[in-house]
Amino acid sequence: MVQSTKDNLAPLHLHIPEPKFRPGDVADFSDIIVPAVDAHPRPDEHVMPADIHPLAYGLVRVLGDDHVASGSWNPGLDVATLKVMLRRMLLLRAFDDRMFRAQRQGKTSFYMKSFGEEATSVATTMALHFDDMCFPSYRQQGILITRDYPLVDMMNQIYSNRGDRLKGRQLPIMYSAKDYGFFSISGNLTTQYPQAVGWAMASASRGDTRISAVWCGDGSTAEGDFHNALTFAAVYNAPVVFQVVNNQWAISSFSGFAGSERTTFAARAIGYGIAGLRVDGNDPLAVYAAMQWAANRARTNGGPTLIEYFTYRGEGHSTSDDPGAYRAAEEYKLWPLGDPVTRLKDHLITIGAWSDAQHEALLVELSEYVKAIQKEAEQNGILGHGLHHPFETMFEDVFEEMPWHLKEQCAQMLEEQEDKFGPDWEAR
Amino acid sequence: MLKPATKTMNMIEAINSALDIMLAKDPDVVIMGEDVGYFGGVFRATAGLQAKHGKTRVFDTPISECGIIGVGVGMAAYGLRPVPEIQFADYIYPGLDQLVSEAARLRYRSANDFICPMTVRSPFGGGIFGGQTHSQSPESMFTHVCGIKTVIPATPYDAKGLLIAAIEDNDPVVFFEPKRIYNGPFTGYYDRPVEPWSKHEGSDVPQGYYRIDLGKAAVVREGAAVTVLTYGTMVHVVKAVVAEHGIDAEIIDLRTLLPLDIETIEASVKKTGRCMVVHEATRTSGFGAELAAQVQERCFYHLEAPVERVTGFDTPYPHSLEWAYFPGPVRLARAFDKIMKD
Repeated sequence: MVQSTKDNLAPLHLHIPEPKFRPGDVADFSDIIVPAVDAHPRPDEHVMPADIHPLAYGLVRVLGDDHVASGSWNPGLDVATLKVMLRRMLLLRAFDDRMFRAQRQGKTSFYMKSFGEEATSVATTMALHFDDMCFPSYRQQGILITRDYPLVDMMNQIYSNRGDRLKGRQLPIMYSAKDYGFFSISGNLTTQYPQAVGWAMASASRGDTRISAVWCGDGSTAEGDFHNALTFAAVYNAPVVFQVVNNQWAISSFSGFAGSERTTFAARAIGYGIAGLRVDGNDPLAVYAAMQWAANRARTNGGPTLIEYFTYRGEGHSTSDDPGAYRAAEEYKLWPLGDPVTRLKDHLITIGAWSDAQHEALLVELSEYVKAIQKEAEQNGILGHGLHHPFETMFEDVFEEMPWHLKEQCAQMLEEQEDKFGPDWEAR
Repeated sequence: MLKPATKTMNMIEAINSALDIMLAKDPDVVIMGEDVGYFGGVFRATAGLQAKHGKTRVFDTPISECGIIGVGVGMAAYGLRPVPEIQFADYIYPGLDQLVSEAARLRYRSANDFICPMTVRSPFGGGIFGGQTHSQSPESMFTHVCGIKTVIPATPYDAKGLLIAAIEDNDPVVFFEPKRIYNGPFTGYYDRPVEPWSKHEGSDVPQGYYRIDLGKAAVVREGAAVTVLTYGTMVHVVKAVVAEHGIDAEIIDLRTLLPLDIETIEASVKKTGRCMVVHEATRTSGFGAELAAQVQERCFYHLEAPVERVTGFDTPYPHSLEWAYFPGPVRLARAFDKIMKD
């Protein structure tokens, strides 16, 4: 029997991760290694996962510090496509600004911006087919914007008004748009991961050509669903693209609480035997290229890929938190990978296809456009101002057919409204 | 009219027949679960189905209930009609979030944009020396969740017809199979030889397609003195005790716990004036509490005695002492004595 060694050793201690910088500190990101463009060249789409482990620790980049696109990952997009990409990212940013402000004005309860990580929803969606199914988390409104979903419908949902396609049931931004290949957003994290695998398995079992793509954040990779999904995808070689938007922060918890002190999120793929890519998430062309690689691989029975987009959440988690209370100010400005919109803009200017004046004009145009749509949406009401769906719709869609107990409860609720607002309440 | 061809089946054979028929009838039906493929399931419910219908229709899964149910939700969103098996109801908890927050709410939260026509089959209940992780009855956890239907058959005939209806339902259904009565209608007398299903009328099962609509209870014994509301294994235990003691009880097999057949319950209790609710699950916050509340809300002025609950005790299901836990003939007889005295 081994004798107790407690007298001879220093006591154990528990490691609690701590971010490098807190409020009052000046962030210094000089330890983040930014490899050269094409440090890890683009492999064949049917490469064995075991042969590309370095890609899970590297950083796929296309746009260099000189704003030039180069290397084997360069998707070679034409100028028109690049301009569409820029326009969509800017439209997303304008939409986010407007809706954030609407929440501050008391017109809705909640909003979440995607500032700083626009490329991870816009560029990725551009690399997918329109009928591929997206399983988003809560910060991929860029998918809908890229697929030309009506902005007024997004706003109606945010206002939970009478025009809301979801009948005012969901927290703002938890859209659902099956016709646009956009799965209903849950508030519970990473539940969409195994669902995306199931959708992809169904597509494969039917001999379909569509694939699924799924997003989650760095923090929510800690959920069991993430790991269950990767296991299933590996077992059945499901045509799915897993994406981790590593924006460094899960509300106030830095990515170290999801394990980033030890390894990358892309490296999670290695244990499951699936392809893993770590990508500069603020380089829209690299993001596009990575998704294109993974989508092609999935669509040709090459199986799943896990992509980590290394990016930064430029603003708070949502309208409900103040990042100034938990992280160093100015972190975003010091982020070594820059801003995705600025980088694409600079690239277009560098190749002579864009100008600062054009850019300024586009910002004004998009801002006016979003404002006009906001006016249209507010015709349908804002949260808490009467113009919601009829009361009885609260009991619809729990089941396909309403059972007796819900009919009883619905009748009770309507009587309560009469007590509350008087006998002619329905006319009001 | 010709009677459809029938065959004597035990509950496993009836469930297997329902799955076989639905796999043949509807190309969207997919069966998956731990050991359900080549081997045919640890209780043999899927025996022969993979060989007959192919590996993409009936297949084994990783040991991951969260994954099984989550993947099922995604398949349903695609347009399939998945019928996953959770090997024991006791193992369903890792999949609970996917059932409660996802499957159950998908139709509602997306306002009919996406639906989840998935039937989760799972053997439940004790009396097989399964210990505390192979004996539980977690049905009230699911009846408490809005958006899920909960179904529990008590005979092979009902198991097949209800399972077909569950698979055809466009909402998620949790289908709990009382594993103690897979092979015979257990009477609660564990020391007596097991009676096979062949001696029970509920084993005369049509070989083809038929369905028993969800939400409809069955009056399995008419009576005037007391109404007994029960389901699953306990239907047979109650029947045996009632016969032994000569009680003129009206026994209602609920078959579907949610949506509940309140009309049948209400009519019976108003007729008899007494109501006993019986389940094997633990007592506190069990489905019996809901039944007792419904009965007192609707039948209070017809009641001649307090509603009596006969249930398992509020302990984990003990291995060696399972017959002290189980709400068997002694506990039932005492409850009948009490409710008939008042």
